[in-house]
Amino acid sequence: MSQPAHVDPRGLRVNAGITAVVLALVLVTPEPVDVVLLAVQVAVFAVSALVSLQASPYAVFFTKVVRPRLGRPAELEDARPPRFAQLVGLGFTTVALVAFLVGATTVGYVATVFALVAALLNASVGLCLGCELYLALRRLSPARA
Amino acid sequence: MAGIVALLAALVLTGIAAWAVKAKNGRFTHRPPSPDAEVLTATDIGAELGERATLVQFSSAFCSPCRATRILLTDIAAKVDGVTTVDIDAEQHLDMVRRLGIMRTPTVLVLDGAGVVSTRASGLPRREQVLAALGQAVGERR
Repeated sequence: MSQPAHVDPRGLRVNAGITAVVLALVLVTPEPVDVVLLAVQVAVFAVSALVSLQASPYAVFFTKVVRPRLGRPAELEDARPPRFAQLVGLGFTTVALVAFLVGATTVGYVATVFALVAALLNASVGLCLGCELYLALRRLSPARA
Repeated sequence: MAGIVALLAALVLTGIAAWAVKAKNGRFTHRPPSPDAEVLTATDIGAELGERATLVQFSSAFCSPCRATRILLTDIAAKVDGVTTVDIDAEQHLDMVRRLGIMRTPTVLVLDGAGVVSTRASGLPRREQVLAALGQAVGERR
Protein backbone atom coordinates (compact mmCIF):
# COMPACT_ATOMS: atom_id res chain seq x y z
CA MET A 1 0.00 0.00 0.00
CA SER A 2 3.08 2.23 0.05
CA GLN A 3 3.50 3.02 -3.66
CA PRO A 4 0.71 5.18 -5.10
CA ALA A 5 -0.75 2.77 -7.65
CA HIS A 6 -3.34 3.90 -10.16
CA VAL A 7 -6.42 2.16 -11.46
CA ASP A 8 -8.98 2.54 -14.24
CA PRO A 9 -12.06 4.20 -12.65
CA ARG A 10 -14.40 2.26 -14.95
CA GLY A 11 -12.95 -0.98 -13.54
CA LEU A 12 -13.95 0.22 -10.06
CA ARG A 13 -17.54 0.79 -11.21
CA VAL A 14 -17.70 -2.66 -12.81
CA ASN A 15 -16.21 -4.16 -9.65
CA ALA A 16 -18.85 -2.40 -7.53
CA GLY A 17 -21.61 -3.52 -9.90
CA ILE A 18 -20.64 -7.20 -9.69
CA THR A 19 -20.27 -6.88 -5.91
CA ALA A 20 -23.80 -5.40 -5.70
CA VAL A 21 -25.28 -8.26 -7.76
CA VAL A 22 -23.55 -10.89 -5.60
CA LEU A 23 -24.67 -9.22 -2.34
CA ALA A 24 -28.25 -8.87 -3.64
CA LEU A 25 -28.21 -12.60 -4.44
CA VAL A 26 -26.95 -13.30 -0.90
CA LEU A 27 -30.15 -11.66 0.39
CA VAL A 28 -32.61 -13.53 -1.83
CA THR A 29 -31.13 -17.01 -2.32
CA PRO A 30 -32.03 -19.93 0.02
CA GLU A 31 -29.98 -21.21 2.95
CA PRO A 32 -26.75 -22.90 1.83
CA VAL A 33 -26.35 -20.88 -1.39
CA ASP A 34 -26.47 -17.48 0.33
CA VAL A 35 -23.67 -18.28 2.79
CA VAL A 36 -21.48 -19.70 0.01
CA LEU A 37 -21.99 -16.55 -2.11
CA LEU A 38 -21.21 -14.36 0.88
CA ALA A 39 -18.03 -16.35 1.60
CA VAL A 40 -16.98 -15.85 -2.03
CA GLN A 41 -17.54 -12.08 -1.71
CA VAL A 42 -15.54 -11.98 1.55
CA ALA A 43 -12.68 -13.71 -0.27
CA VAL A 44 -12.87 -11.24 -3.19
CA PHE A 45 -12.82 -8.25 -0.82
CA ALA A 46 -9.84 -9.79 1.00
CA VAL A 47 -7.88 -10.14 -2.23
CA SER A 48 -8.68 -6.54 -3.35
CA ALA A 49 -7.92 -5.00 0.03
CA LEU A 50 -4.95 -7.08 1.12
CA VAL A 51 -3.25 -8.12 -2.14
CA SER A 52 -4.16 -5.59 -4.83
CA LEU A 53 -7.24 -4.24 -6.60
CA GLN A 54 -6.10 -5.73 -9.90
CA ALA A 55 -5.73 -9.22 -8.42
CA SER A 56 -9.43 -9.67 -7.64
CA PRO A 57 -11.41 -11.94 -10.00
CA TYR A 58 -13.83 -9.07 -10.80
CA ALA A 59 -10.91 -6.88 -11.84
CA VAL A 60 -9.51 -9.70 -13.97
CA PHE A 61 -12.92 -10.00 -15.66
CA PHE A 62 -12.84 -6.24 -16.34
CA THR A 63 -9.30 -6.30 -17.73
CA LYS A 64 -9.84 -9.37 -19.92
CA VAL A 65 -13.43 -8.91 -21.09
CA VAL A 66 -14.72 -5.35 -20.59
CA ARG A 67 -11.73 -3.07 -21.15
CA PRO A 68 -10.77 -4.42 -24.60
CA ARG A 69 -14.21 -3.22 -25.75
CA LEU A 70 -13.94 0.22 -24.13
CA GLY A 71 -10.55 1.53 -25.22
CA ARG A 72 -8.23 3.58 -23.06
CA PRO A 73 -9.50 5.40 -19.98
CA ALA A 74 -9.60 9.21 -20.05
CA GLU A 75 -7.68 9.27 -16.79
CA LEU A 76 -6.55 6.97 -14.03
CA GLU A 77 -7.48 7.20 -10.36
CA ASP A 78 -5.45 6.87 -7.18
CA ALA A 79 -5.85 3.28 -5.95
CA ARG A 80 -5.70 4.11 -2.23
CA PRO A 81 -9.30 5.32 -1.69
CA PRO A 82 -11.01 2.36 -3.43
CA ARG A 83 -8.62 -0.04 -1.74
CA PHE A 84 -9.54 1.38 1.65
CA ALA A 85 -13.21 1.01 0.68
CA GLN A 86 -12.62 -2.66 -0.15
CA LEU A 87 -11.25 -3.05 3.36
CA VAL A 88 -14.43 -1.50 4.80
CA GLY A 89 -16.44 -3.90 2.60
CA LEU A 90 -14.35 -6.79 3.92
CA GLY A 91 -15.21 -5.71 7.48
CA PHE A 92 -18.97 -5.58 6.89
CA THR A 93 -19.18 -8.84 4.92
CA THR A 94 -17.02 -10.67 7.48
CA VAL A 95 -19.38 -9.58 10.24
CA ALA A 96 -22.34 -10.71 8.09
CA LEU A 97 -20.76 -14.09 7.35
CA VAL A 98 -19.94 -14.81 10.99
CA ALA A 99 -23.45 -13.68 12.01
CA PHE A 100 -25.13 -16.02 9.49
CA LEU A 101 -22.92 -18.92 10.57
CA VAL A 102 -23.76 -18.53 14.26
CA GLY A 103 -27.46 -18.01 13.52
CA ALA A 104 -27.69 -14.25 14.19
CA THR A 105 -29.67 -13.79 10.98
CA THR A 106 -30.82 -10.21 11.66
CA VAL A 107 -27.26 -8.99 12.21
CA GLY A 108 -26.25 -10.82 9.06
CA TYR A 109 -28.96 -9.11 7.01
CA VAL A 110 -28.17 -5.64 8.39
CA ALA A 111 -24.42 -5.95 7.71
CA THR A 112 -25.11 -7.31 4.21
CA VAL A 113 -27.51 -4.41 3.51
CA PHE A 114 -24.82 -1.88 4.53
CA ALA A 115 -22.27 -3.50 2.23
CA LEU A 116 -24.86 -3.65 -0.59
CA VAL A 117 -25.80 0.03 -0.20
CA ALA A 118 -22.11 1.00 -0.34
CA ALA A 119 -21.58 -1.11 -3.49
CA LEU A 120 -24.73 0.28 -5.16
CA LEU A 121 -23.73 3.88 -4.40
CA ASN A 122 -20.31 3.21 -5.87
CA ALA A 123 -21.69 1.52 -8.98
CA SER A 124 -24.47 4.05 -9.63
CA VAL A 125 -23.08 7.49 -8.71
CA GLY A 126 -19.40 6.70 -8.12
CA LEU A 127 -19.60 7.59 -4.45
CA CYS A 128 -17.07 5.84 -2.21
CA LEU A 129 -18.83 5.46 1.13
CA GLY A 130 -15.84 3.93 2.90
CA CYS A 131 -13.76 6.93 1.85
CA GLU A 132 -16.39 9.37 3.12
CA LEU A 133 -16.20 7.75 6.54
CA TYR A 134 -12.42 7.79 6.67
CA LEU A 135 -11.88 11.31 8.01
CA ALA A 136 -14.78 11.03 10.44
CA LEU A 137 -13.12 7.92 11.92
CA ARG A 138 -9.66 9.53 12.00
CA ARG A 139 -11.10 12.48 13.93
CA LEU A 140 -12.20 10.15 16.70
CA SER A 141 -8.74 8.68 17.20
CA PRO A 142 -6.50 10.46 19.71
CA ALA A 143 -4.37 13.27 18.32
CA ARG A 144 -0.85 12.28 17.36
CA ALA A 145 2.05 14.64 17.89
CA MET B 1 -39.10 -13.19 2.57
CA ALA B 2 -36.90 -11.29 5.01
CA GLY B 3 -34.24 -11.28 2.32
CA ILE B 4 -36.53 -9.57 -0.18
CA VAL B 5 -37.48 -6.94 2.40
CA ALA B 6 -33.77 -6.38 3.12
CA LEU B 7 -33.04 -6.03 -0.60
CA LEU B 8 -35.83 -3.47 -1.04
CA ALA B 9 -34.60 -1.59 2.04
CA ALA B 10 -31.09 -1.49 0.52
CA LEU B 11 -32.44 -0.08 -2.76
CA VAL B 12 -34.47 2.62 -0.99
CA LEU B 13 -31.53 3.54 1.28
CA THR B 14 -29.25 3.81 -1.75
CA GLY B 15 -31.69 6.12 -3.52
CA ILE B 16 -32.02 8.40 -0.49
CA ALA B 17 -28.26 8.47 0.16
CA ALA B 18 -27.42 9.17 -3.50
CA TRP B 19 -29.91 12.04 -3.59
CA ALA B 20 -28.72 13.48 -0.26
CA VAL B 21 -25.05 13.42 -1.22
CA LYS B 22 -25.75 14.95 -4.60
CA ALA B 23 -27.76 17.75 -3.00
CA LYS B 24 -25.09 18.38 -0.38
CA ASN B 25 -21.93 18.28 -2.52
CA GLY B 26 -20.50 21.72 -3.21
CA ARG B 27 -23.33 23.61 -1.50
CA PHE B 28 -21.84 26.56 0.32
CA THR B 29 -23.44 27.52 3.62
CA HIS B 30 -25.07 30.92 3.76
CA ARG B 31 -24.35 32.27 7.17
CA PRO B 32 -24.66 35.95 7.91
CA PRO B 33 -21.30 37.47 8.84
CA SER B 34 -20.98 37.10 12.59
CA PRO B 35 -18.39 38.50 15.02
CA ASP B 36 -17.47 35.00 16.27
CA ALA B 37 -16.73 33.54 12.83
CA GLU B 38 -13.52 31.47 12.72
CA VAL B 39 -10.40 33.29 11.57
CA LEU B 40 -7.47 31.48 9.98
CA THR B 41 -4.01 33.04 9.84
CA ALA B 42 -1.13 32.52 7.43
CA THR B 43 0.46 30.31 10.12
CA ASP B 44 -2.67 28.12 10.31
CA ILE B 45 -2.77 27.44 6.60
CA GLY B 46 1.02 27.46 6.07
CA ALA B 47 0.85 30.05 3.29
CA GLU B 48 0.17 33.73 2.75
CA LEU B 49 -3.49 34.72 2.63
CA GLY B 50 -4.86 35.83 -0.72
CA GLU B 51 -5.24 39.59 -1.04
CA ARG B 52 -9.00 39.40 -1.54
CA ALA B 53 -9.85 35.79 -0.72
CA THR B 54 -8.29 32.39 -0.01
CA LEU B 55 -9.75 29.01 -0.96
CA VAL B 56 -8.65 26.49 1.68
CA GLN B 57 -9.15 22.85 0.73
CA PHE B 58 -8.90 20.01 3.24
CA SER B 59 -7.90 16.72 1.60
CA SER B 60 -7.02 13.20 2.68
CA ALA B 61 -5.37 10.21 1.08
CA PHE B 62 -8.60 8.21 0.87
CA CYS B 63 -10.53 10.75 -1.15
CA SER B 64 -11.29 10.40 -4.82
CA PRO B 65 -13.01 13.79 -5.46
CA CYS B 66 -10.10 15.68 -3.84
CA ARG B 67 -7.99 15.73 -6.97
CA ALA B 68 -10.76 17.15 -9.17
CA THR B 69 -11.49 19.76 -6.49
CA ARG B 70 -7.82 20.75 -6.32
CA ILE B 71 -7.66 21.15 -10.11
CA LEU B 72 -10.80 23.33 -10.10
CA LEU B 73 -9.61 25.57 -7.24
CA THR B 74 -6.12 25.97 -8.74
CA ASP B 75 -7.68 27.01 -12.03
CA ILE B 76 -9.98 29.54 -10.34
CA ALA B 77 -7.11 30.99 -8.27
CA ALA B 78 -5.07 31.41 -11.46
CA LYS B 79 -7.88 33.24 -13.22
CA VAL B 80 -9.31 35.44 -10.48
CA ASP B 81 -7.17 38.35 -9.23
CA GLY B 82 -6.27 38.44 -5.54
CA VAL B 83 -7.45 34.88 -4.90
CA THR B 84 -5.11 32.08 -3.81
CA THR B 85 -5.71 28.46 -2.88
CA VAL B 86 -4.11 26.14 -0.34
CA ASP B 87 -4.48 22.39 -0.02
CA ILE B 88 -4.19 21.08 3.55
CA ASP B 89 -3.73 17.41 4.46
CA ALA B 90 -6.51 16.89 7.00
CA GLU B 91 -4.70 14.02 8.73
CA GLN B 92 -1.67 16.18 9.45
CA HIS B 93 -3.87 18.90 10.96
CA LEU B 94 -6.47 17.00 12.98
CA ASP B 95 -6.52 19.76 15.60
CA MET B 96 -7.66 22.28 13.01
CA VAL B 97 -10.07 19.73 11.53
CA ARG B 98 -11.70 19.33 14.96
CA ARG B 99 -11.69 23.07 15.68
CA LEU B 100 -13.45 23.79 12.39
CA GLY B 101 -15.79 20.78 12.66
CA ILE B 102 -14.72 19.30 9.32
CA MET B 103 -16.26 15.86 8.74
CA ARG B 104 -15.54 15.03 5.11
CA THR B 105 -12.91 15.53 2.46
CA PRO B 106 -12.80 17.52 0.37
CA THR B 107 -14.06 20.46 2.44
CA VAL B 108 -13.49 23.91 0.96
CA LEU B 109 -13.42 27.02 3.17
CA VAL B 110 -13.63 30.46 1.62
CA LEU B 111 -11.67 33.05 3.60
CA ASP B 112 -12.05 36.74 2.99
CA GLY B 113 -9.04 39.07 2.76
CA ALA B 114 -8.69 39.12 6.55
CA GLY B 115 -8.76 35.33 6.92
CA VAL B 116 -12.32 35.21 8.30
CA VAL B 117 -14.13 32.01 7.26
CA SER B 118 -16.91 33.36 5.07
CA THR B 119 -18.50 30.12 3.91
CA ARG B 120 -17.72 26.44 3.35
CA ALA B 121 -18.80 23.41 1.37
CA SER B 122 -17.95 19.71 1.36
CA GLY B 123 -17.73 17.40 -1.63
CA LEU B 124 -16.70 18.31 -5.17
CA PRO B 125 -18.17 21.76 -5.94
CA ARG B 126 -19.12 23.11 -9.35
CA ARG B 127 -17.24 26.12 -10.72
CA GLU B 128 -20.30 28.41 -10.41
CA GLN B 129 -20.72 27.44 -6.78
CA VAL B 130 -17.14 28.43 -5.94
CA LEU B 131 -17.38 31.68 -7.90
CA ALA B 132 -20.64 32.64 -6.16
CA ALA B 133 -19.08 31.89 -2.74
CA LEU B 134 -16.04 33.99 -3.67
CA GLY B 135 -18.28 36.87 -4.71
CA GLN B 136 -19.97 36.70 -1.33
CA ALA B 137 -16.66 36.62 0.59
CA VAL B 138 -15.21 39.55 -1.30
CA GLY B 139 -18.44 41.53 -1.15
CA GLU B 140 -18.88 41.23 2.62
CA ARG B 141 -15.75 43.23 3.40
CA ARG B 142 -16.61 46.34 1.45
